[in-house]
Formats: sequence, structure tokens, C-alpha cells
Amino acid sequence: MSAKIITITSGKGGVGKTTATANLGAALASQGYRVVCIDADIGLRNLDVVMGLENRIVYDLVDVVEGRCKLRQAMIRDKRIENLYLIPAAQTRDKTSVSPQDMVRICEELREEFDWVVIDSPAGIERGFRNAIAPADIIIIITNPEISAVRDADRIIGLVEAEEKDPGRLIVNRVKPEMVRRGDMLATEDILDVLGIDLIGVVPEDDAIIVSTNQGIPAVLDEKSSAGKAYRNIALRLDGQDVPFDDLADKDGFFGRISRMVKSGGDT
Amino acid sequence: MDTSLEIKGIQDGLLVTLPNGEWLEARQNLLTSVREQADFFRGARLALQLHDRTLNAAELGSLRGDLAEQDVSLYAILSTSEPTQAAAADLGMAVDLTREKSLEDDYEIPLTTDLTGEEAVLINRTLRSGHSIRHPGHVIVVGDVNPGAEIIAGGNIIIWGRLRGLVHAGAAGNDQSVVCALDLSPTQLRIAGQITVSPSRKGRPKPEIARIREGQLVAEEWVGKRKK
Repeated sequence: MSAKIITITSGKGGVGKTTATANLGAALASQGYRVVCIDADIGLRNLDVVMGLENRIVYDLVDVVEGRCKLRQAMIRDKRIENLYLIPAAQTRDKTSVSPQDMVRICEELREEFDWVVIDSPAGIERGFRNAIAPADIIIIITNPEISAVRDADRIIGLVEAEEKDPGRLIVNRVKPEMVRRGDMLATEDILDVLGIDLIGVVPEDDAIIVSTNQGIPAVLDEKSSAGKAYRNIALRLDGQDVPFDDLADKDGFFGRISRMVKSGGDT
Repeated sequence: MDTSLEIKGIQDGLLVTLPNGEWLEARQNLLTSVREQADFFRGARLALQLHDRTLNAAELGSLRGDLAEQDVSLYAILSTSEPTQAAAADLGMAVDLTREKSLEDDYEIPLTTDLTGEEAVLINRTLRSGHSIRHPGHVIVVGDVNPGAEIIAGGNIIIWGRLRGLVHAGAAGNDQSVVCALDLSPTQLRIAGQITVSPSRKGRPKPEIARIREGQLVAEEWVGKRKK
């Protein structure tokens, strides 16, 4: 098996990169693949917390880079989901401790053993971002339906294109369909208008994410979570399956038409 | 006292024509303009049209040095005065603007036209946030200019797409420059020394042209080149 390496990046902080990494990793592993997630946010690590594995960290990515341990020793096996592993970041160092070449080298080593490597990029456009995209085969840009997030995503896509990588696929995260319908929130088509890359998923705002982060249990394992379902669909699309998009974040989706029909007394 | 500099974009850089008058004054004029429009001139290659001024190597060399301090490189002197040409050549500068003819040129079918055009650069892509284009001539973009992208041009700026970023046309002081776009919604629009922001737009975008009319920066619907 030769792994596909995905990096999830955004530019802006707090839009959902870590949540997406944890959930896509868990979803792909649940489909039967061997998956390793890597936290590239050295100094501000979060992926371990969101995956519920922080108590079991002994070695981290910087230990591997600096030769204090073997790659295998830094991998933490998830006890709930078969075939899911995490290589955590260091918390007491910073992004200068790892170089893009280090990342490429480590990922080459991982390629033989795994089907998917999912890398959580830090926010920003500096060293941490460059480290995270260096080894990527597939780049996923994640954004919120909100002008400043889209502005940063546009910048990031420009930088990715400048590195001569494929600009990647887009996830629009934390969508509130009712607000989109009212015109108070950017619709997916408005975002695609500016960013001009292919969409891979639309994830609704979901309180279950807050609970799942605090508990360290990815939302994809929760049948009732709408965000979890969206991430499972994204994982299926990554796998090559053609899952149609819900019209959650369309200005004129099915529910929009129904609600307008009801308001106007049945004639459309 | 005519203090205006004539600046033209040419293949290899900028052609500047000094106004008539005392050399020291004209020279100071040039340096002041370069300093005041540093953003435009930085990194530029300059050819200077001196007409029949007679200058020696020391004077040319000193000007070249002062321009170099502003990150402008003086590479050619155009003059009808032989001593000036000789001095320029001694300093290693070009004395005309013709380029080396390549063998291929001899086999080209000449394109004859009675109309003269002006130099422009064509950018065949969308400019994303963070992209910056600077050009002494005209700039044409086939694509959008996203918010956070900027274009600074000595000439006109034509956007065959949506203009949502920052543009500065006539950046070297040409207030006849224009900005055209299929959707004129820039974060900021500047022509020569004037600046404006886009009002909030409603409805379908229409092709528009922004220009300075009677001292005011205005945007008008594009209705062709009929004289108004």
C-alpha cells in the first residue's frame, strides 16, 4: 500500500482544521483503512486533545526529527478505532524545530505502512504552514462562511499554487443554513465565486462538536451528529465515492423553497 | 517653470523626458519625483531623453549614482549632442533604445500599421489575496482581482473580470489614466493622486470605467468611445 498524504490548512485560525483532521482520520479508519494523523502545530498542539489521546503521549514529532526515538515509538494507537494512529506535536518547542524536508522524509517512511496520512496544519502562512504542505499529495482548504476566513483562504490558495501544488479541495465549515437562507451568512456559491476551487464538503454548525472536543471522541462516531455525518461523507468522497452534497448552504435550497411556499400560502 | 516630467513605459523600462531649463533644477526635479513616487520607481530601469543638452561624464555619472540610491538604474541616455553621447558610452550606458536584432527577425513578415499602440502587460489569471503587480505601462487582467490583491500601474488598468481588490492607475502621475472592469467593486481605487472607495453595490454588475473628469474621480457605465 502506498499512502495518500492529505494536509488540512486554512490560513485563518479556529476554522476547524484540527476538528477536521481528527474526524476525517477517524472516518477513514472506520472505513477499514490504516490511517495516521500528524499534528504539525508545534508549540500549540491540539490534535491529541481532540482525539482523546493526550494522556498517552511519550514521544512526539520533534523527538522523531531530532533522532531521540524511532518513528514507531512516537505513534499512539487509538484504542477505540482500529488502525488509527497519531503522531503528536511537541508542546514545549516551536515551528523552527521541524523543517519541510523533515516532514517529507517522515511521510515517505509512513507511505509504505499506511493508506492515509492526515496532517493538521497550524494557522498562518509561515514555517508551520510550509512544513505541513511540503509532503502533501492532496491539500484540503477549510474555511468558514465568513468574509475574513474567506480572505485568508484565498491567500493560502495563492501560496499553495505558488508552491506548484494542486490548489486542492474546499470544506466550508460551521454553516448555519437558516442564516444563509435569510441572506445573513455567505452561501457556498458566494465562497466558490471568490476561491474558485472544487468543493469537497459542507459541514453544518453543530453543538455536538463542542461536546466531542471536550470528551476527546470524534463526532463521526456519533450517529446523531450532523457535522459527524458531513465528515463521514467527505471521507467517502476522498475515497472516490460520489456522494451528492446537501443543499444546506445554498441560497435557494430545497428547504428554502418549501419555507417560501409555506409563507406565501402555497403558491410559488 | 515647467516641472512636469514626461514618463513613458518602454520595452526595457521607463523613458523619462526632462523639461527644458537649468540642468541642476531639472535634475533635482527628477530626483524629487523619484523620491515622492518611490513605490512606482523602485527597481525600475530608466532611459533619459536629454534632447540637445550637453553633459559630461561626471554629471551623468553623478546622476546615475543618485538614482541608484533610490533603487533606480539609469541604463540609457538619449541625446542629439555628440559629447553627451560619448560621455554616456564611456560610462557603459546605451545611447539608443533599439534592441539587438535576432536572426529570426529577418524572416518575420512585417506587420504594417498606421496606428501606434502602447505597451501593456497581460495577466491571464485571477489575482488572489496577497498578489501584487507593478508595471510602468498598462495592465490587463483576464480574470478577477480578489480583495487583498493589488495592481499599481503607470498606465491604465483593464480588468476583464471582477475588480474587488486595490488598483492604482496613472501611478506616476498621469491623471488621464482609467480603470475599467466588468464589475467595478474595488476596495480602493486610485488614479494619479486621487483616491476613492467603492460605494456598496446592488443588482447585477455592469461594465464600468473610472476616470478623472473635471478634477473628480467618477465611475461611468461603459458606453463605447463616443465623445461626450
